Amino acid sequence: MLYREAGDFKTTYREDGQTFPIRLDRTAYFAILAVAALFVPFVINDYWLNAVLLPFLIYAIAAMGLNILTGYCGQVSLGTGAFMAVGAYACYKLMTAFPDINIAIHIVLSGFITAGVGMLFGLPSLRIKGFYLAVATLAAQFFLVWLFNRVPWFYNYSASGQINAPERTLAGFRITGPETQAWAVYLFCLVFVVASAWICRNLTRGAMGRKWMAIRDMDIAAEIIGVNPLRAKLSAFGVSSFFVGISGALFFSVYLGAVEVGEAFGINKSFLVLFMVIIGGLGSILGSFLGAAFMVLLPVLLKNVLVGGLGWPTDLAAHLEYMIVGGLIIFFLIVEPHGLAQLWRITKEKLRLWPFPH
Amino acid sequence: MPDQLLFAIEVTLNGLMAGVLYALVALGFVLIFKASGIFNYAQGVMALFAALTLVGIMDGQVPFEHLINAVFGTDIHGFGWEVPALLAILLTMVVMIAFAWAVNWIVLRHLVGQEPIILFMATIGLAYFLEGLGDMMWGADIKTLDVGLPQGINTTIDEATFNMFGYGFFIDNLDITATIIAAVLVAVLVAFSQYTKQGRALRAVADDHQAALSVGISLNFIWVLTWSIAGFVALVAGIMWGAKSGVQFSLSLIALKALPVLMLGGFTSIPGAIVGGLIIGVGEKLFEFLVGPLVGGATENWFAYVLALIFLVFRPQGLFGERIIERV
Repeated sequence: MLYREAGDFKTTYREDGQTFPIRLDRTAYFAILAVAALFVPFVINDYWLNAVLLPFLIYAIAAMGLNILTGYCGQVSLGTGAFMAVGAYACYKLMTAFPDINIAIHIVLSGFITAGVGMLFGLPSLRIKGFYLAVATLAAQFFLVWLFNRVPWFYNYSASGQINAPERTLAGFRITGPETQAWAVYLFCLVFVVASAWICRNLTRGAMGRKWMAIRDMDIAAEIIGVNPLRAKLSAFGVSSFFVGISGALFFSVYLGAVEVGEAFGINKSFLVLFMVIIGGLGSILGSFLGAAFMVLLPVLLKNVLVGGLGWPTDLAAHLEYMIVGGLIIFFLIVEPHGLAQLWRITKEKLRLWPFPH
Repeated sequence: MPDQLLFAIEVTLNGLMAGVLYALVALGFVLIFKASGIFNYAQGVMALFAALTLVGIMDGQVPFEHLINAVFGTDIHGFGWEVPALLAILLTMVVMIAFAWAVNWIVLRHLVGQEPIILFMATIGLAYFLEGLGDMMWGADIKTLDVGLPQGINTTIDEATFNMFGYGFFIDNLDITATIIAAVLVAVLVAFSQYTKQGRALRAVADDHQAALSVGISLNFIWVLTWSIAGFVALVAGIMWGAKSGVQFSLSLIALKALPVLMLGGFTSIPGAIVGGLIIGVGEKLFEFLVGPLVGGATENWFAYVLALIFLVFRPQGLFGERIIERV
């Protein structure tokens, strides 16, 4: 089974336009899905869930969301952390106000609420561009975090100012709160990730995605050929914030359980997600996954090697981690500015000709 | 005069002083952005790094002593000497120039011609790296920086205003010094860029890279030069902020405070950075004073951004920025 299109005949338009045109890709995709859904839940334990898999899945959703805005529509945003916070607080308010409704519905609803807030803060993008816009999104970052910190209604007047996820079950299995079952939580997030990836992939290759890309490549030219910049930009902000909000809601309710807004959704989170998108590859759904995996695994790996392997004090290891993360970002930008996804694309081109490249 | 008005005047004066410090950081941004089109996010961390290095050299710390102790099992604690402030500042400047040189040869040389967003990301990577390096070299504990700048309340102003209005204004000596130093710094920078050969070359590069190259100006040299100047500005800002609130991680966050200043003033304008800094400094102090108590305080975190945002909607290129002309 070689990696090439030859012999894989397409007889309908539907087949011709599918996401994975090469048979091996398709097989690999379904194989990965099968392993993730049918095998991993049986072997998963709490350490792997909390240190690797959950952050990876949740950040992948956030990275996809930001990728739609930055990678596909070209609007740089540094407010991702705040939009995740909107998702988290919306989810908290919904969970405490309507305890009887299914948590999955709450999470989707908080996505919609975040989409509304995102569109509101996306309004300046109609006037300002580039770095000015990037800095303008910082206004959202600082204002929203301040709002959640200062207005007691958002944290239900709790004395600590924190929000805590109440216990919720889904089909009888505990998803949030203390003593959850690892596999249930994992599957719950996996469903959201797969659904998000499916929606994102299909949105970005449809009419909407083409409009976004037209705006990204040259907004004035796009306007001339009939793309409405108001609709295109605001829809990008809305869709992007929707996914970022979902990831924020999951991050709070399923992963952390208790959140202090400045700490969990500060400016560093915005940068982290932006790093994922850039290292993974702007304008690529696969890149969002690769970037999220990279940024989640790197600190875990470094910590294991330095603290566990070499026996360094943790503060030194933390400093070195900063240096390595910073260095790697620069290294990646120099070697491949289009990210890990581009490396994969090049590999695929090579694979198609392998083993006779001439 | 009524008390409330006197308070407001005092707050305004203090806001002006704070604005000067913001402008100092913003100045470093503008210099690099003009010369190389790079939006240097690492400017704040450079200020932190410069301040850390200065304190480290003054106290006679051994660089990387924690690392050396951890790896080789030794027990080193400083050289045991103290370096006078002026010499230490010079040595720090040497370090900052070496840093500028390294950044150009290791990072920027490979990224010439990339999109601005890629360069911006690279400087964020640089900021992370430098933050780790600073802590690794000199330790992460909070340090006090004392280079002999006057501190505390200025008694002359306090007494004079007390005699005049019956209410003494509280103005910190350090803020006054900072204002004077910032003014001198700007004057020196303007003189440098107007009257020296390198300064002219710098302006030529800022105007048009290709034209500058074609008349024989070395871009590499100019970039090292701008990064060195930005390093110097960072050092001054680091000394001021370090003397004010101690040398610690939060020092690097002043970069975030400088961003709205830049938006307001325009990314390419030195006067813009100064005026923007003053507007933001006064605006946020007055807003906190007048509106802050009504909405729960700590409005300083976001006021500058929201002000800049509202302002930009009406004038997208900032106060003094070059007019944005777009062609298809």
